[in-house]
Amino acid sequence: MSDSGALVWLTAAEMRRKLDAREISAVELADAHLDRIAALDPELHCFISVMADVARGQAADADTRIARHDAAALTGIPIALKDVLCTTDAPTTAGSKMLAGYRSPYDATVVSRLRAQGAVFVGKANTDEFAMGSSTENSAFFTTRNPWDVSRVPGGSSGGSAASVGGGLAPLALGSDTGGSIRQPAGFCGTVGLKPTYGRVSRFGLIAFASSLDQIGPFSRTVEDAAILLGAVAGKDPNDATSAAMSVPDFPKSLGSGDPDLRGVRIGVAREYNVAGMEPGVTAACDAAIAECQALGAEMVDVSLPHTEYALATYYITAPAEASANLSRYDGVKYGLSVQGESLRETYERTRGEGFGPEVKRRIMLGTYALSSGYYDAFYLKAQKVRTLIKRDFDEAFAQVDAIIAPTSPTVAFPIGARTDDPYQMYLADVFTIPANMAGIPGLAIRCGFSDGLPVSLQLLGKAWNEATILRIGHAYERATEWVNRRPTLEASAVL
Amino acid sequence: MSQPTLSIADVEHVAALARLGLTADEKVRLSKQLSSILEHISVLSRLDTESIPPTAQVIEVANVLRDDDIRPSLPREAILANAPRSEGGFFAVQAVLGGGEEDPA
Repeated sequence: MSDSGALVWLTAAEMRRKLDAREISAVELADAHLDRIAALDPELHCFISVMADVARGQAADADTRIARHDAAALTGIPIALKDVLCTTDAPTTAGSKMLAGYRSPYDATVVSRLRAQGAVFVGKANTDEFAMGSSTENSAFFTTRNPWDVSRVPGGSSGGSAASVGGGLAPLALGSDTGGSIRQPAGFCGTVGLKPTYGRVSRFGLIAFASSLDQIGPFSRTVEDAAILLGAVAGKDPNDATSAAMSVPDFPKSLGSGDPDLRGVRIGVAREYNVAGMEPGVTAACDAAIAECQALGAEMVDVSLPHTEYALATYYITAPAEASANLSRYDGVKYGLSVQGESLRETYERTRGEGFGPEVKRRIMLGTYALSSGYYDAFYLKAQKVRTLIKRDFDEAFAQVDAIIAPTSPTVAFPIGARTDDPYQMYLADVFTIPANMAGIPGLAIRCGFSDGLPVSLQLLGKAWNEATILRIGHAYERATEWVNRRPTLEASAVL
Repeated sequence: MSQPTLSIADVEHVAALARLGLTADEKVRLSKQLSSILEHISVLSRLDTESIPPTAQVIEVANVLRDDDIRPSLPREAILANAPRSEGGFFAVQAVLGGGEEDPA
């Protein structure tokens, strides 16, 4: 069986069954994906580094392991890694000139866990520089294209991960989400994307952006696959003191089998998830999804999250402040770019001036200002107090409901260049995803329709540590609807 | 929250704190952009947060301690392999003492 066109659209769960049944080999599967990357990535620009040799070696090892009947959930399954995850066998750049060609001496914990499973790494996926952005237009290298319309952005910052999964270049990917950087690009590219609870997944070896917000999570084309990948990387890690010693449920098992059924589930609908500039196609698709959940037996409850409108401002103090501290390590001394000046101080300034792009500079400046003497109380402290109010809103809502349903973004994928002139317009792309990061709760983005041929996405927000509930709801919705079956028509343009 | 309009001098002060070299054009652009962002952010001043405790962490985690055991660490050569300059097994930096050129701040 060597129909590579069919192989790349299998889900990871289907690949597992076919690999274990010896209908396909891991090497075939890896080659099918590497061939597709070679054919399509010159147009899509998903990958900063393609790991073809690594992938072929891992696939051969996986076949040996499968022959021994010793396969784990991801043995032989191709995976893309956002290029903020440290890998010893490929460069880790964070989408920045500062780290061009940087080779980490250690693997991120999520990478080691995937290696232990026998996963196959196809490449390091493009990202906005240091994960700061909503479109990959801030990558120092290139802008990734949306597989549904190559004139549009894939979202960001994990845009390479999202486009690779949406375009059939990998069935799974890992990304990171600080203010929506998994869910928003997942929505734009029509994939599933999950930001787990803060502390669920180890961040050891994740290049830090904003440490009170960053969380690693999966991209996939089905909810079941997201559950599988989350299960493979979740859990306490002694190398990350912020990873929590919470037991990790069997996520795939908790999805439930049998007919889609949401009886007994209470889902909150928050009226605050509506802004000026919300596209009618997004509103219509999300309203239809709410009706579908109700038809599946869920009880829909109006809830109020009154401080939602303050989340964006709170984020744009908190995240830049933490980033300004985290990015102080790039000094031209220990690793990365170094531009020699007359003095050590000048070396710092020239290295950072030349190594960082415009958005990273803006955020370092904003964060340094917000933390500077005389402004700390008015900005950072104020933001942390408002953060308490945002978290309390969710606590009160979750006293009444099991999950909250909302659009992932106010718009579908926008054209490349449409928002680059005004930084704040770009920030608004994350207005619905930021609150979950501020509160530390999990959020699952899934496809819920199309508007003018572009995917629309809804997110399910859950209680802390309750990814299983939103995965179960998402799984039921996905199986009750047909949206998951539609694919982008990339093949046609690649043939030309 | 005060009326935050960042002058070029303010931008230069903050850039110096952040050890961030900026061109003249960048300073002009940042002065405008940061002032605009700060204006958006000023909506927070509408909220009375006098009696609200700040969020220290979103997930309740107690102090995390580990045993004080000696464990293997990465080999020195592996770390220094990425260093722009190293000497005798150390990171090499420009002299900061004696020349009097380095601002102690």
